[in-house]
Amino acid sequence: MIENKKNFEQFDQDMFQRVEMNEQLGERIAGKSLNFWQDAWMRLKKNKAAILSLSVIVILVLLALFGPMLSGRDAYEQNISQAKLPPKVTGLEWAGFDGMANLGGRDINFYEQKNVEENFWFGTDYLGRDLWSRVWEGTRISLFIGLMAAIIDTVIGVAYGGISAYFGGRTDNIMQRIVEILTGVPNLILIILFILIFDPGVFTIILAMTITGWIGMSRLVRGQILKLKNQEFVLAARTLGASSTRLIFKHLIPNTLGAIIITLMFTIPSAIFFEAFLSFIGIGLQPPQASLGTLINDGYKELRTFPYLLVIPSVIIVLLMVSFNLLADGLRDAFDPKMRK
Amino acid sequence: MEREKLLEVKDLKQHFKIGRGRVVKAVDGISFDIYKGEVLGLVGESGCGKSTTGRTIIGLYDATDGDVIFKGENVHGKKNKAEKLKFNRAMQMIFQDPYASLNPRMTVADIIAEGIDIHGLAKTKEDRMNRVYDLLETVGLTKEHASRYPHEFSGGQRQRIGIARALAVEPDFIIADEPISALDVSIQAQVVNLMKELQRDRDLTYLFIAHDLSMVKYISDRIGVMYQGHLVELAPAARLYENPLHAYTKSLLSAIPLPDPEHERTRKRIVYESKSLGAVGRSDEDSSIPPLREVEPGHYVSLTDEEYEAYKAQFV
Ligand SMILES: Nc1ncnc2c1ncn2[C@@H]1O[C@H](COP(=O)(O)OP(=O)(O)O)[C@@H](O)[C@H]1O
Ligand SMILES: [Mg+2]
Repeated sequence: MIENKKNFEQFDQDMFQRVEMNEQLGERIAGKSLNFWQDAWMRLKKNKAAILSLSVIVILVLLALFGPMLSGRDAYEQNISQAKLPPKVTGLEWAGFDGMANLGGRDINFYEQKNVEENFWFGTDYLGRDLWSRVWEGTRISLFIGLMAAIIDTVIGVAYGGISAYFGGRTDNIMQRIVEILTGVPNLILIILFILIFDPGVFTIILAMTITGWIGMSRLVRGQILKLKNQEFVLAARTLGASSTRLIFKHLIPNTLGAIIITLMFTIPSAIFFEAFLSFIGIGLQPPQASLGTLINDGYKELRTFPYLLVIPSVIIVLLMVSFNLLADGLRDAFDPKMRK
Repeated sequence: MEREKLLEVKDLKQHFKIGRGRVVKAVDGISFDIYKGEVLGLVGESGCGKSTTGRTIIGLYDATDGDVIFKGENVHGKKNKAEKLKFNRAMQMIFQDPYASLNPRMTVADIIAEGIDIHGLAKTKEDRMNRVYDLLETVGLTKEHASRYPHEFSGGQRQRIGIARALAVEPDFIIADEPISALDVSIQAQVVNLMKELQRDRDLTYLFIAHDLSMVKYISDRIGVMYQGHLVELAPAARLYENPLHAYTKSLLSAIPLPDPEHERTRKRIVYESKSLGAVGRSDEDSSIPPLREVEPGHYVSLTDEEYEAYKAQFV
């Protein structure tokens, strides 16, 4: 007690400052003002899985764009004398990149056998094409297909769902019946028919996937807009005399954008996977076109002797799928923390 | 002196079709006038059609039937763009839910300036911002708030931003749809006082909607009581408290708590039973709430013929 008192005596009057309080100060808000996007980015940054996924995606995209240049070999150039060389990287022999493969119970160094001096980082396929270049070429095409399909889905879905919900009433009724009919048709059959009629190729596949792909997006957007258009801030804008354009672009779309981006991020990996699936069952891209799907299809035929032909493209596609899904998940939490489970 | 009528509502009806041929008669034939410069309170329990009345008057819903005459012009069922914009400037609305009434993606400045932008009221960017700052000050906020987002504000502050947004287009008439119901009691008085002040300074006319009678008393000149889509009593505020005639009004008044323990201990909630004076069940197809009759100057009550005779008999 006494000691306390002593302590207090060390403080004298002029060490204190009166805090003035008035109405103006009462209304003050401390802290930095963050808009929705800055706020979401702050939260995303704290999510390790999402940031790791984002880095993986960035690296894969860079490799897809510039990978083939690193090895300097063309993805389509054949050289039978260098066929089926296992991966070999100087310094990484211990990790399996030693150019050896197990043939009939014996480990054979194919590079010595075929007298090849240079190293193929991911090996070569049955036509002697450099797998490194083919994998990144394939990744690029797969990413392109995924991205294009997702963008087209989004454009059609947002427009369709938006119009349906914004105008409502009979317009909405008719548009939703059309959607129901479309969902009733088994979409694999539709896609196969589509590919049979047109030549299989990148654009045919993208179009085939978007015939029914946009429906999910349109439903999401319709739901969001139906919810938003009766919110009081939209009514307030209407009583102020806002035009439809203003309502849509200033009020409705900005408030739906988060959900649209999340769905877009989930659409990309599913489109990539669907292309791989189509190519794997043989109705996707045709040889010599490379995509992750065709590479896996080629690779699995030689699974026993040359597993690297299957493993490498499979690892890439798994990385892509997992990263996109984790990132989309992270974005969902970042945009709407209330929805976090 | 005959007072100038700013708004006349004549037999307004708003029926919502809710599918399978069913109809909700949210507002079923109400008529009243609002004089320039007055505050008309509109009270009634939740779901009786108060918001629908307000929203139909301002044109958010197309009226099923009836007329709304504002400054001598019929405001519904016409109009080219220019006329509509003129009307939008003259009549504004303040909303109930301070959390839903501000766009979360816009800054306070953009929210308040929305009307200024739509109607092209500001010549330059600077002019626009100055107007925003003035409006913020008018409602008791500061310049610094302009660049912030709605989620950073409290309910009362948000409601004041909503008021500033409505004031930006310099309206004559404001419909306030339960502007204080969602707020803390301490903040309610703040907002009501602000609205009163604004009314005085800017010569405004209000339709002030509320679901109970306790706060309306302080702001309203006259009060209308709504019940199931109908107006059942309309009287000068003081008269309504002194001499409520409709059973439903009595029931609403009995629900107001007073800061008096003795009164509170003995307070009896009068439950409004249909079939008492002037009560009619809503679901009956052809049931109609009887028309309003003037029982004393400016005091209108919905009474059947018999009830009216009985009422008169009391005073003979
Ligand atoms: N857009 C609508 N569609 C169908 N019914 C509605 C709609 N808006 C309101 N209603 C109904 O009309 C009645 C009156 O609602 P409202 O005017 O919001 O009441 P209050 O504001 O008095 O609480 C309620 O029964 C409500 O369910
Ligand atoms: Mg209401």
